[in-house]
Amino acid sequence: MSANRWLLPDGIDEVLPERAAQVELLRRQLLDLYHRWGYDLVIPPLVEFADSLLSGTGADLDLMTFRITDQLSGRMLGVRADITPQAVRMDAHSLRREGPSRLCYAGTVLHTRPRRPLQSRAPISIGVELFGESSVAADIEVIELFLATLVDVGVATPCLDIGHVDILRGLLADSGLAPAQRDELFELMQRKASGEIDAFISREVANGALAQQLRALPTLIGGSEVLQRAEQQLAGAPPAVLAALAQLRAVVDALLPSGINIHIDLSESPGFHYHTGVVFAAYLPGHGKAIGNGGRYDAIGAQFGRPRPATGFAFDLKELAGAAAVVANRGTGIFVAHAEQPDRRLQIEQLRASGERVVEGFAGQRVDFAELRCDRQLCWRDGSWQLERV
Amino acid sequence: MSQITIALTKGRILKETLPLLAAAGVEPLDDLFSSRQLIFPTSRADVRLLVLRGVDVPTYVQFGAADIGVSGRDMLLEESADGFYEPLDLGIARCRLMTAGIKGAVRPSGRIKVATKYVNIARDYYAQRGQQVDLIKLYGAMELAPIMALADEIVDIVDTGNTLRANGLEAREHIADISSRLIVNKASLKTKYAPIQALIDGIAAALPPREEL
Repeated sequence: MSANRWLLPDGIDEVLPERAAQVELLRRQLLDLYHRWGYDLVIPPLVEFADSLLSGTGADLDLMTFRITDQLSGRMLGVRADITPQAVRMDAHSLRREGPSRLCYAGTVLHTRPRRPLQSRAPISIGVELFGESSVAADIEVIELFLATLVDVGVATPCLDIGHVDILRGLLADSGLAPAQRDELFELMQRKASGEIDAFISREVANGALAQQLRALPTLIGGSEVLQRAEQQLAGAPPAVLAALAQLRAVVDALLPSGINIHIDLSESPGFHYHTGVVFAAYLPGHGKAIGNGGRYDAIGAQFGRPRPATGFAFDLKELAGAAAVVANRGTGIFVAHAEQPDRRLQIEQLRASGERVVEGFAGQRVDFAELRCDRQLCWRDGSWQLERV
Repeated sequence: MSQITIALTKGRILKETLPLLAAAGVEPLDDLFSSRQLIFPTSRADVRLLVLRGVDVPTYVQFGAADIGVSGRDMLLEESADGFYEPLDLGIARCRLMTAGIKGAVRPSGRIKVATKYVNIARDYYAQRGQQVDLIKLYGAMELAPIMALADEIVDIVDTGNTLRANGLEAREHIADISSRLIVNKASLKTKYAPIQALIDGIAAALPPREEL
């Protein structure tokens, strides 16, 4: 027992100096980027009443939330597993702005179980939310900022995966299937299990046109040309599906000129259950999973008594730092050995004022420049201060 | 050109997989059955093969260490992993996942002991039926467990049922039909869509027409 007392729990990690410098550099850089795009920084609390934290968000987030009893109120507190619902509450109750509201945040969230194997249970979530605008212009702005984030941190050739949850949901809603059957078909679609999808549709869906549309859905994947095929093959679909397709078309047309590598997938619903419209994620070559994701979620606000259209995205800052090309300035600093010279204090203050990292030595200290992360030292030689490389 | 890695399952599934891959234009340059290599180049410079134990295939594909995998459905059900698609049922290595016990023996009332290597599937299956069970994880020779009174029932793959019969056991309830699936890492399908979809289509074209279910 005592031998492994220092081990961290599964999925809980710490960030040591070099990587911490990198993560913090990205955090500042991205919050500055969001600031320049007009997104106001908010700092939501680590815990909230669980019923508020989980209003309208679905079972997936519920299972991922750690709960503790509040000794003051006797009520159940939840440790946030996702910052988005907190931003929704702040928009609905704390800010109460009439027009569009843009918020950004960065903070640690906690998951009862890793979302995917080997994924951190305490990611640092950094992202933005845009409230109060239902048009595709808001979707486009948020996706452009999503891509600008990746450019800003120097991630090479991301692939933007984009879809619309109302296409599959719209077809299912019109199918006359019982909820349990809908869930089953939904789950098959997420796996793209074409054989089972075929068998399920033959067995359960009597309406020929609908069966054809449902069968077409898992094949509607690929580059932006997929939209054209979708418009033909889903021509007779319910109005909600056609409206969703038109929105997707508008978003893709706006993004294409940027030259971004777009991948469209009409049968997939990534992200959380609460998403309602255009959804997106970024994938990197050689990275087995999405690096960040987002989308529209117009329904949560209603749970807080103020229905507001909303869209946004989030990244795990630690994963982003692992993929980023931007490198923090590592291991530079000036070591000043212990000495009795009268102006030593002044020298140190001047160096610090000029932005240098200065590490002071103690009397009789063992000096290891790598450990101190210093590349130079200030020495008293021949009656004057000399800055020397080490 | 992006490299595509395909993880194959050792043993019987491998023999039946190779003709399907050949139909899609992928043939190993070495003999997979005799070589001690771990990674095999193929007739296509951009495609390489790994030969793994079945239980490891979903893991490799899930984490993107392999882009494509061929895995028994029993492994997919047991691991219930996500992170990949299952676009094709290859229809090979068909068998059934069943419960079995000593022929004619009556299942004891109350909590029963079940030996299996599929502990997750067994837990879910008995839970659905409202049956309390104690699970015993074994790695082979399941048939021995009821004979030696280690367990009341087993959950295992049944092909012809000959091994069960030869040991005085009977297959009882059918849990699932098993065959091998083609699985594809989600990120791989998105970032290498064209070459991977071409491979999937090539293999799909080599499959016999689907029998009506």
